[in-house]
Amino acid sequence: MLILECPYCGVMADETELAAGGEAHLKREGPGSSDADFEAYLFDRMNPKGVHFERWRHASGCGKWFHAARNTVTLEVYGTYSAQVSEPPKALVTAIKRKVPGWEGWM
Amino acid sequence: MRRYSAFAIAREALRYHSGWERAWRSPAPKKRYDAIVVGAGGHGLATAYYLGKNHGITNVAVLEKGWLGGGNTGRNTTIIRSNYLQDPSAAIYEKARSLYETMSQDLNMNVMFSPRGVIMLAQTEHEVRGYKRTAHANALQGVETEFIGPERVKELVPIINIEGPRYPVLGGLWQARGGTARHDAVAWGYARACSAMGMDIIQNCAVTGIETEGGKVRAVETSKGRIETGKLALVVAGHSSQLAEMAGFRLPIESVTLQALVSEPIKPAMDVVVMANTVHGYMSQSDKGEMVIGGGTDGANNFTQRGSFHHIEETVRALVETFPIISRLKMLRQWGGIVDMTGDRSPILSKTPVGGVYVNCGWGTGGFKAIPGSGWAMAELVAKDAPGALAADFGLERFREGRFIDESVAAGVAH
Repeated sequence: MLILECPYCGVMADETELAAGGEAHLKREGPGSSDADFEAYLFDRMNPKGVHFERWRHASGCGKWFHAARNTVTLEVYGTYSAQVSEPPKALVTAIKRKVPGWEGWM
Repeated sequence: MRRYSAFAIAREALRYHSGWERAWRSPAPKKRYDAIVVGAGGHGLATAYYLGKNHGITNVAVLEKGWLGGGNTGRNTTIIRSNYLQDPSAAIYEKARSLYETMSQDLNMNVMFSPRGVIMLAQTEHEVRGYKRTAHANALQGVETEFIGPERVKELVPIINIEGPRYPVLGGLWQARGGTARHDAVAWGYARACSAMGMDIIQNCAVTGIETEGGKVRAVETSKGRIETGKLALVVAGHSSQLAEMAGFRLPIESVTLQALVSEPIKPAMDVVVMANTVHGYMSQSDKGEMVIGGGTDGANNFTQRGSFHHIEETVRALVETFPIISRLKMLRQWGGIVDMTGDRSPILSKTPVGGVYVNCGWGTGGFKAIPGSGWAMAELVAKDAPGALAADFGLERFREGRFIDESVAAGVAH
């Protein structure tokens, strides 16, 4: 079972107390954006076969949203981090690069 | 292709079955094809078949990374129905259901289509209203369905518990012409018919790159070399995003795992397909006697063909509540498939930003039932470089224009 450490309350949370929130770090588009940008923000996804940055919510716990880096092929969890950032922490990206040779890196 | 028939069985019985030939050829790829279909699952093979049958294009290769029908075609719960709310969905799924009726004769392969009927249980007032609405919509669409009361449900499915403690059965949407078919035979039948038309089905051949020139497709790079083509159909379900990336565009798709399981075989207990969407489980009995059970998808992206244990538990819990007699049944096998989910839970049959490249994907959790209709519509799109009536509403542009075919709301769940 998938277990993620909630970066807010520190609990090692089972998948059953978490809710998946989809791809992380989307650039939010709103009124005034082009149709293409708005469509991409709403629907287009990287859907990578490999390293994936995701949003999760500790739904049956402290209720907080947070971020996780996970591999969609090996199901390895690289780490979790605060929701209050617009890109993954540099240390985490470096650690993943060391583990996954050939990964193109964050964006 | 030597035809299968009762006479052929008698002839082979007299000579120790020495005369059966290979169902399809296994050739090396040619340098160039008029059209290439990536993905030898049901949808890909059906696309190739109707390209030849309806449009006379037979210089076609079907490339498959693994083995034929080894993806979701061999992993689903084989349910066929067309009781959808939205007009475009009802049209393409009903086309598929009607093609299933004659598929065995058409392909000269017994696909064991069994129109045993499908019930979708209504277990909340909301569902009762929703399914009554769907039955009315279906009447207008020319799809034969009816809303039935709990007594009729009990009559059709004697093993069901209609007075469940949480969600009593309040009725159901009944499609008598729905049913099941043998999934492997569908893939094999199409493959055999394609091969007989002179098409090349090339297994163990992964596409590794897509070569374009001036915004148009020119060739594909594969693990068996470079193959030129002017038309490329990507029909690969779970890996659609990866193929699209090779061609240089993104799709509104996320890949997740959908699981299914089967029980040990038991004596005939249920001769219809029952879907319980509120408690989230569906079940039918195979010809071998196994209870075939499907549930919901996982929430997070996943390419492993392994799903979460708690989803199996949810599904089994729901079904034990609905069918108390299965509570002691042992489960034989459990497996997962990678399904491609779109934002509105409806498929994509579309031209793409790259000329000559077409996608057929996003069937999510309900692709098997659509195979012949999907292939029919996709073949027309590929042959004419423009969608026909069946595919017109399923284009990629609907996401930009907000013209969703919102079956996630209509079905309440994955469908």
